Amino acid sequence: MIALDSVTRRYGEFTAVDHVSFTARPGRVTGFLGPNGAGKSTTMRIIVGLTHATTGSATVAGRRYVDLPNPGLEVGVLLDASAQHAGRAGREIVTIAQRLMGLPKARVDEVLNLVGLTPAESSRRVRDYSLGMRQRLGIATALIGDPSVLILDEPANGLDPAGIRWMRGLLRDFADRGGTVLLSSHLLHEIEVIADDLVVIGNGRIVAQGAKTDLLASTGAVVRTTEPQALAAALDARGVASSYVGTDGLLAQTDADQVGRTAFAAGVPVLELRPADGTGLEEMFLQLTADTQRDAQAHHEPEGALA
Amino acid sequence: MTIVQHRAPHHSVTDPATPRGIPLGRITSTELRKMLDTRSGFWTMASIALASLATTGLVILFADREDLTYRTFTAAISVPMSLILPIIAILSVTAEWSQRSGLTTFALVPHRSRVIAGKLVASVAIALVATPVAFAIGAVGNIAGTAVAGVDPVWDLTTANLLTIELANVLGMLVGFMLGVLVRSSSAALVGYFLYQFLLPTLALILADKQDWFRELQPWVDFNLATGALLEGPLSSQQWAHLAATGLVWLVVPLAVGLRLVVRAEIK
Repeated sequence: MIALDSVTRRYGEFTAVDHVSFTARPGRVTGFLGPNGAGKSTTMRIIVGLTHATTGSATVAGRRYVDLPNPGLEVGVLLDASAQHAGRAGREIVTIAQRLMGLPKARVDEVLNLVGLTPAESSRRVRDYSLGMRQRLGIATALIGDPSVLILDEPANGLDPAGIRWMRGLLRDFADRGGTVLLSSHLLHEIEVIADDLVVIGNGRIVAQGAKTDLLASTGAVVRTTEPQALAAALDARGVASSYVGTDGLLAQTDADQVGRTAFAAGVPVLELRPADGTGLEEMFLQLTADTQRDAQAHHEPEGALA
Repeated sequence: MTIVQHRAPHHSVTDPATPRGIPLGRITSTELRKMLDTRSGFWTMASIALASLATTGLVILFADREDLTYRTFTAAISVPMSLILPIIAILSVTAEWSQRSGLTTFALVPHRSRVIAGKLVASVAIALVATPVAFAIGAVGNIAGTAVAGVDPVWDLTTANLLTIELANVLGMLVGFMLGVLVRSSSAALVGYFLYQFLLPTLALILADKQDWFRELQPWVDFNLATGALLEGPLSSQQWAHLAATGLVWLVVPLAVGLRLVVRAEIK
């Protein structure tokens, strides 16, 4: 179990993490979703004590992470697979973790075998590893202490499709045996496949959280039409809120039946009409992604060039 | 790469366990291992061994017969060793940031001061062990060199000499460690180290040559001069005072600042 209570981290004027509260429960995979720079990694670093929260608190298994006597035995952490000494052999990195945690030597081979790194691969230096191999090595280090909680930041990055499938199986199995999994991603579809619960973060704030089934449940209808403004007005006249999707689409907060009747009555041609089915979440996520500073800067650049 | 089907461990992941804390000895021995298990760590140690053998050889080849004494050999070996050893201490600290391995290290041991303490003890241990090794190589060189030259070996270092040389190497190691925690970047700390070792003594030399006021002040502000005295022989009480005063300014205070920074800094 991981519990965050109003965790905030400020860097001067900039608030990277803004009153973030959520709980990752045992037996479930909690997906931590957000665009790049939304505050996912900072939040995860705060959980494991590498970054100090400005205010708020985070606990793992009921205690602050720094109060865990031998954290590796309770929490498996992989924050950045590339953050390893490039001149050290893969096997040596796992051995260091094994020695620090005070585990039997045999665990090193067990866990390397588990993540699918061959003896030849694990004797190579990390400098020569692909990102996918680094992820496997990081997973090995996270799993060696046989923890009951896993905290993984973008673990699927760099894995090939077979590797991603393997990772899903591993995490599913871990959660099914009662473990708590918190994993982050900036890809909705990647996390949709594996997560039971979702926490969506944007600009340091939580914008949605709950069971995946609830968040992805049908929330209105999507309609494509040649006259979106006219249809929006017609829906509005019937007290139905709607928002624009793309150039010719609307997301209406009602069922497809009423949208169809409204369009017919208003004489608006309909190109496509279907229940939203999680489109709400996807739209929200796209909106978040579009609002990131990165894109905002890109929009400003042409002006700067002219001036 | 092979895909191995994940097998569930024999028990449920929610099994209650009562983990005990990580003893400092285990942290220290792991940090010692980490100093030597990388390519840079290996070559740093290897270069000390090679440099020791090379300097011993050079002394045998080129030194005058009357200079073939134990002191000459030991001094010749001490120069490369005292220069290179602190690099191990520097990299031990800075690699956690520059190579970013700290993300794992400080997640496994969240009390950073314990990791840093382990690194400190391991650094000092290396200096304590390496110095007698230099003495031993020097002794072998002395016996071999004098035999080649056909003269009797001269053993002109007392136990007190050996102890102060040992202390000089430990202090050198601590200087490296201090720069590591203060800067926390491998390249910047190494540049800082060479400035500290070469530029500062040269500046002090020039200043003392040109300015009378500095010449009188120098023993009280020049740490390099104070530690250099350790290599020459037993220190007078005034020299010990010089060592304490300069060590406080050039080692203890910056070390305290560095330790504070390490504990507070964000690990990214």
